[in-house]
Amino acid sequence: MALDQSFVGRTYPPTEPYEVGREKIREFAEAVGDANPAYTDVEAAKELGHPDVIAPPTFVFAITFKAAGQVVADPRLGLDYTRVVHGDQKFAYNRPVRAGDRLTVTSTIETIKSMAGNDILDIRGEVHDQDGEHVVTAWTKLVARAAEEA
Amino acid sequence: MTAKISYADVEVGTELPAQTFPVTRATLVQYAGASGDFNPIHWNEKFAKEVGLPDVIAHGMFTMAEAIRVVTDWAGDPGAVVEYGVRFTRPVVVPNDDRGAVIEVSGKVAAKLDDHTVRVDLTATSAGQKVLGMSRAVVRLG
Repeated sequence: MALDQSFVGRTYPPTEPYEVGREKIREFAEAVGDANPAYTDVEAAKELGHPDVIAPPTFVFAITFKAAGQVVADPRLGLDYTRVVHGDQKFAYNRPVRAGDRLTVTSTIETIKSMAGNDILDIRGEVHDQDGEHVVTAWTKLVARAAEEA
Repeated sequence: MTAKISYADVEVGTELPAQTFPVTRATLVQYAGASGDFNPIHWNEKFAKEVGLPDVIAHGMFTMAEAIRVVTDWAGDPGAVVEYGVRFTRPVVVPNDDRGAVIEVSGKVAAKLDDHTVRVDLTATSAGQKVLGMSRAVVRLG
């Protein structure tokens, strides 16, 4: 079933702040096998000009995707999440996410399309820190595959 | 933001050192925990097959995280990445054996842009198939 086009442009309220912790960054860096010291060693991060350890570029997805969940789960939109796959992902950084950040995400539905029975949804997540500074924007394309013929 | 590579030293066509990233079932369980993505297609073979997949597949975001390492290891400072985007074209299938799968990533400078930035185009393959499309990063060099 086609999604409700009237949701295009809809912006959801900002999420509660997510506090980025050093150990969570370390856990993520270890999980992707990335030994770059900027993720785990405060002194190494400072030598690069960062005030604290920074997070790998894709770390923020866990935060923005959780925020996108409020869009995905909105029953008025009518998305069947059991058929959803991740199509595209893009980030544009104003600065890297770093330990100590308290990040809020504001999600907006950018486009809704229907192609060959698939519902395609583009969600933009604007991530700001506790001072209101823009940190990163995440674009997530979700594709709900057409229901199989019975 | 202090990348160790100088903008003046790269040209369109400059190749970044290619890397290979192994991925096993254990890798996926660890990534699920770290990322909070517990979708069973990434760890439960029975479930994956029930939804039509050949086997357990890697998280797309795991592959995305590995691919950018070719850029961040080259630039030195991961904070130098200004933009990064991918399309998930094919899954990385991870069999339940001793070897798992391997993701191979290469990259080259595709354009020199303003403000000491360059666009790097990445190629990621697994089992001979491209797994990412439109995989591009913009990085600020020194």
